[in-house]
Amino acid sequence: MRPRGIAPLVPAALLALVAGCGGSTGGNSSVDTSMTVLAASSLSETFAELEAVFEEEHEGVDVRISYDSSATLAGQAVAGAPADVLATADEVTMRTATDGGVTATQPQLFATNTMVLVVPAENPARIETFADLDNGGISYVTCAESAPCGALAKTLLHANEIQAAPKSFEVDVKAVLTKVELDEADAGLVYESDAVTSGDKIVGIEIPKAAAEVNCYPIATLEQSEDPAWAEEWVDLVLSEEGQGILGEAGFGSPR
Amino acid sequence: MRATSPRQAEHSTARPAIGRAPLRLLLPALLGLGLLAFPLLSLLARTPWTTMPVRLVEPKMLDALWLSLLTSTIAMGLCLVLGLPLAWVLARLSFPGRSLLRGLVTVPLVLPPVVAGVALLTAFGRNGVLGGPLRELGITIPFTTTAVVLAHTFVALPFFVISVEGALRATNQDYDVVASTLGADRWTTFRRVTLPLAFPGIVAGMVLGWARSLGEFGATITFAGNFQGTTQTMPLYVYEALQSDPDAALVLSVILLFVSIMVLALLRERWLYQAAR
Repeated sequence: MRPRGIAPLVPAALLALVAGCGGSTGGNSSVDTSMTVLAASSLSETFAELEAVFEEEHEGVDVRISYDSSATLAGQAVAGAPADVLATADEVTMRTATDGGVTATQPQLFATNTMVLVVPAENPARIETFADLDNGGISYVTCAESAPCGALAKTLLHANEIQAAPKSFEVDVKAVLTKVELDEADAGLVYESDAVTSGDKIVGIEIPKAAAEVNCYPIATLEQSEDPAWAEEWVDLVLSEEGQGILGEAGFGSPR
Repeated sequence: MRATSPRQAEHSTARPAIGRAPLRLLLPALLGLGLLAFPLLSLLARTPWTTMPVRLVEPKMLDALWLSLLTSTIAMGLCLVLGLPLAWVLARLSFPGRSLLRGLVTVPLVLPPVVAGVALLTAFGRNGVLGGPLRELGITIPFTTTAVVLAHTFVALPFFVISVEGALRATNQDYDVVASTLGADRWTTFRRVTLPLAFPGIVAGMVLGWARSLGEFGATITFAGNFQGTTQTMPLYVYEALQSDPDAALVLSVILLFVSIMVLALLRERWLYQAAR
């Protein structure tokens, strides 16, 4: 009734806002290219190192890495998250992405990881072997079964006939590690690589039959990538001698 | 209920005098409503309803739902017992450092829930400031239902205190003064005058605290862990399901949504309207 004031301008302002957002990402200038890598949380240390290497080799490219549980990341990729590369901690979660039709290249295996039992440096529950988990009154934690580390932990607990149940199913492997590092749990099942990066706050204990249950890490570029060339170069770097060296130092095995 | 009292009729005929609702208020209001309602409607549209009956009798879901309702309700009770006196102190007493105290109460409001969980660990964890000595006595809090209640209360208490303090301030303090001149001591005044006047606000604060703890995720999973039956509340279960079976997560979300709406509607019907009258 009263076409005055700012009310009629609101929709126009909103439109301008939307256009503004679109404009800034649409411009594909060669100087400010950013690339997003979705990586399993167990890769956080190694991929951070690789990020520095990549950015040094490719001036003007800003690599952004989002770490989370592999299942969450695969789900995000299928839902169309604006990302270029996906690296998961097992092949099951990668299959979510390939089945969802969002991988642009055939997933390639770039690392392996085995599980170890870790205890706080002070080892309050005096755990010496994996079988000690059944000593009674031990509070240990694992990942939730939906995460690769949880599926693997379940297999190993079963293979070693451990009866005691975990106290908690954490969302990802870093959460398990944190609980042990803070000495909130007597023990936790994590990857060898996590035990290496965690240093002297924790002590690793070998898990029998762990060598037979190796996790393979696949990596693939994504359909929604706006810079497939960069994405492929990232994959190449991870698979290169330099990349494999960084992964090896951090406790990962080589898939070849 | 239906019959309009003369006073209400007078009120409604008086309305046009204020003028029409301006478009510049209505339009953003509509947009705001859309922002809130659209994701929820989308959730309902995408929910695979056929699996609902199976989920409704699933033991893991029932455990999580029961635990959620139980811990949220206990947390609400704790909010009332601890938060009401705290709100009263903030609203009615004047003492040096009161604004500092109020600031302290609001800090958990802005704290990311995961940080709240870490803070709780440093206080009540096995090696915590208080948790360490407790451990010597054989008491450990993390990974127990007590930890869930503690996390819920920690995040819900500020919501309760802030809203109840507002309600106490809104009630006229002159009534307190009158009561005291009539010979009532301060405790009697609180019980017989302040409390009844602020009752709707207190109920609203309880509902707010309950709702906040029902949705609690970050502090709970950080501090209490995630285990069926003892610490896995509905939000934690929904998150876990989301990782392996997104469809299941949708169904579980809808169940939590409906149960909370039902409880709120019941509370509203029974308490809020009666109290407001």
